[in-house]
Amino acid sequence: MRGLFLASACVCVLAVGVICVFLFANGLPFFRAYSPVAFVSGTEWAPLRDVFGILPMIVGSFYVTFGALLLGAPVGILTAILMSRFASRPVVRFMKPAVALLAGIPSVVYGFFGMIVLVPFVRHAFGGTGKSVLVASILLAIMILPTIIQTAEAAISAVPGSYYEGSLALGATHEGSVFRAVVPAARPGIVSGLVLGIGRAIGETTAIIMVAGNNPRMPGDILKGVRTLTVNVLMEMGYAADLHRESLIATGVVLFVIVLAINFLFSFINRRRVQQ
Amino acid sequence: MTELRGIDITVPTRRRAHWGSRALKALCWLSGLVTVGVLLWIVVYICVRGIPHLKPSMFEVKYTSKNVSMFPAIVNTLTMTALSLLFSVPLGVFGGIYLAEYARPGSRLVRVIRVTAETLAGIPSIIYALFGMLAFVVTLGMGNSILAGALTLGIMTLPLILRQTEESLLAVPMSYREGSFGLGAGKLRTTVRIVLPVAMPGILAAVLLSIGRISGETAALIYTSGTVARVAGLTQSGRTLAVHLFQLQQEGRYVDEAFAVAVVLLVIVLLMNYLSSLIARKLTRKG
Repeated sequence: MRGLFLASACVCVLAVGVICVFLFANGLPFFRAYSPVAFVSGTEWAPLRDVFGILPMIVGSFYVTFGALLLGAPVGILTAILMSRFASRPVVRFMKPAVALLAGIPSVVYGFFGMIVLVPFVRHAFGGTGKSVLVASILLAIMILPTIIQTAEAAISAVPGSYYEGSLALGATHEGSVFRAVVPAARPGIVSGLVLGIGRAIGETTAIIMVAGNNPRMPGDILKGVRTLTVNVLMEMGYAADLHRESLIATGVVLFVIVLAINFLFSFINRRRVQQ
Repeated sequence: MTELRGIDITVPTRRRAHWGSRALKALCWLSGLVTVGVLLWIVVYICVRGIPHLKPSMFEVKYTSKNVSMFPAIVNTLTMTALSLLFSVPLGVFGGIYLAEYARPGSRLVRVIRVTAETLAGIPSIIYALFGMLAFVVTLGMGNSILAGALTLGIMTLPLILRQTEESLLAVPMSYREGSFGLGAGKLRTTVRIVLPVAMPGILAAVLLSIGRISGETAALIYTSGTVARVAGLTQSGRTLAVHLFQLQQEGRYVDEAFAVAVVLLVIVLLMNYLSSLIARKLTRKG
């Protein structure tokens, strides 16, 4: 039985290996036909003319992720502080499942909601088509909220009580102690929550495809449409063939590398936190 | 925390906080309101617009463009969930048992497995979609099928079950094992008969969470299990409820029906999450 248990545990390792092999084996041949530099730095995406530049999508992915973080991080962190230090116990008992439910809503439902509610709202309020960086960012911000809140809340709650008590003893108020002593001590944990949120945002597909307009042009202001790396793969995979199809797999490879880099950053931060 | 606040209140000369701190505290409450408000807004909005359209015709056995029945999608979701769990639960539980009970803690292998599980958990679903399509649909020749989709989602939910199993097992007190060993039971018997039952609620919570993720998944399924609207066999292409919602939205003609589907989807997913957190909460209260 020990062997069976060991083999099962190793399936994770195997799975990561096989995923890498399949992605790279199918994605890298594209770069024999097309220069990798032109691929990641090209600003034009015209598969019909065999022009594959995914810079607009790379920029687009980071654009909406940054927007999501800009909106989601403050709300998430402040909510986490509220839950761990200010709110009374019944409030926390109500908020914890609420945050968990927010995490449980499927991205296709978020996308649907965004398309029906947020897109028309932005269209009426600011003009344009409404399918925009702004809506994608708002929606992503909502989607990464639970990730940020749960990680940050755990980090803030884990700060030793002595920090808070010491601050009180020096004459600080409850609020002052929380914001000046407890929260700064929880910073590494909060940052790792943000990194996790970035990872979720950059990999999101279904919700974005419904609200972002998906035009493969360099993203302009926040009311213009945008296409992300993930959307590029999902949108065109259905009918792509030959070089075009390979270019989409290569898009996946680029996304995969970005996500791996973010994961690496995350475990690096975590390890430093453990060492501290 | 509560005791600490108790101390705070009993301090006789309690100063009023600096205005900046008070403003920040107000912002905290505002953020909390935003978080809860957004959740309520989404859930209530979808229910209000969806529930009136939950007509009996939407649950007819066969999908036509007239009744837009979600019945086939519901059946496919059940098949998909059961099949995915069939892959991920044994592997995840066995793997978790190895990590918690058999492996030397902190050994190189354990570290590698933990890092890869973390990596697996962080891979976006569109990458799983590409992998599932290349590996199962094309290379293994399964075509767009429930089986290919279930294998893909099985890998996707594996890290969740593996890590939760490991954590639940590690939380079981050492004395249980010692008592069992002391009575002459072997390692395997101790693990399966004594430790595993105690850890069961934690594992169940992970399984429920996985059910929620599987029923809500779209991107990873569109190019693995496909989008055909019928009750599909294992080797046939069929859409799950989430993919059904996505397709209805793409077709753009069935907004009311899409809302009804969203309600059903929301109920399934939220129910699974709620049960999972209920079990997890019970667990922590006991421990």
